[in-house]
Amino acid sequence: MTVDDRFSQDFREERGDRPLGIRNEIVTGPVADWATDFSHLEPEWAADPYPIQDDLRQRCPIAHTDRFGGGWLPTRYEDVAGIAYDTDRFSSRSVIMSNFRPPRDLAPIGAAPPISSDPPFHRDARKLLLPAFTKTAVGRREQATREFCHSLIDELEGRPVVDAARDYAQHIPVRVIADMLGFPPEDGPQFREFVENTLEGVNLPPEERIPRLDQLFDYLYVQIRDHVDNPRDDLTTYLINAELYGHRLEASHVAGTMSLLLIAGIDTTWSAIGASLWHLAKTPADRERLVAEPALLPTAVEELLRVYAPVTMARLVKDDMNWRGVDMKADDWVLLSFPAANRDPAQFDRAGKVVIDREENRHAAFGLGIHRCVGSHLARMELRVALEVWLERLPVFGLDDPSAVTWAAGQVRGPRTLPLRIG
Amino acid sequence: MKVKIDPERCQGHGRCYDLAPALFGEDDEGYGRVLGDGTVSPEEQRAARLAVSNCPERAIEIL
Repeated sequence: MTVDDRFSQDFREERGDRPLGIRNEIVTGPVADWATDFSHLEPEWAADPYPIQDDLRQRCPIAHTDRFGGGWLPTRYEDVAGIAYDTDRFSSRSVIMSNFRPPRDLAPIGAAPPISSDPPFHRDARKLLLPAFTKTAVGRREQATREFCHSLIDELEGRPVVDAARDYAQHIPVRVIADMLGFPPEDGPQFREFVENTLEGVNLPPEERIPRLDQLFDYLYVQIRDHVDNPRDDLTTYLINAELYGHRLEASHVAGTMSLLLIAGIDTTWSAIGASLWHLAKTPADRERLVAEPALLPTAVEELLRVYAPVTMARLVKDDMNWRGVDMKADDWVLLSFPAANRDPAQFDRAGKVVIDREENRHAAFGLGIHRCVGSHLARMELRVALEVWLERLPVFGLDDPSAVTWAAGQVRGPRTLPLRIG
Repeated sequence: MKVKIDPERCQGHGRCYDLAPALFGEDDEGYGRVLGDGTVSPEEQRAARLAVSNCPERAIEIL
């Protein structure tokens, strides 16, 4: 048996050989006109992006910004779908719109395969993950997830006001993903920092952003090396041993995929659980109906995913082109707003309304095309179980102070502070 | 009445096997597959239509 030395080198040294990407000036501050100067990182967008998206959909419908070195924001379902399906002309080599574009030769693998990968590599990298995330596979985690949700509620019982985002929603995906990857459950609080650094630190200067992102990879390499020495039945050991094209994966592929599972698995689901509880807290009729008719919950979950879809993706334009009437340049960003697509009246009846028994619901909360969220079955299970347990244990609740609710800015949107009055 | 999945379009969202488990199942990678020859009994027709109208990829056809 040979010693597995793939993970002995510091990832910073490996990175040292790579060509630099493109950096641009960081522009922040109030948006002048959302059609020509949009920014998803400004507080107005974080607080309530939907009126902005609805307005753009009517008058634009593909907005532009010079921020982030130039980017586009389609707001109609058909445009979002068109780009999601067009992997020939739009690359996933970076999916977080920021002030840094990774070098072109990072494609087709990208930094966090398979979300950052383009065809044909994408398909093979994705295939490695799919069996662990089928509905049947994630169903085996339902009982443990339910018990964990109950233990969180046990802690909250007796308190008149609880923060449902901080004290309930965030802990659920953190625990589930730590179990799947085989990370110590007590490391959970660090994961929140990794998530915020990756997704919300986008407008920090590089000398601050890079060391923060490096902390995540330092952590992952510690876990990987521990798993090399002590293999276990979890996704980390699985990825260490996985093979592609007859060889074991590159160290950067293993760590990149783990970073994807950790980051994408946490605040997306946390956001969906929080936004759902926020809606039910301010809509007593929907809350009472779900308490009375628990069988309606799976249908309601789809509607809550449609209206409060937490995730927006990004793409990079491959070459200069005119796309549906706008002149896109190579390396322009495209912000792929599944939330905006999900509220397009051309696609959905009563698009702006929450209809919790909506039966026909072809929403795009988990994306469309080859990059469909690999964790969608896991997210659905966590969201359904989290709401079931909450509604069973704490059926009467409302917003304690609507103005105290805060929302994450950036490409994953959900409540970060959600004070609820119980009873 | 019969149902059919276009494997070129299916991305494994799983709405069909959520909504019509008597007609659809998952394969080892989570992609949808038609159970049996896809014949839809009268009591499964509503579920079949729900699967069609909830598939984000428009991958299901009723023949």
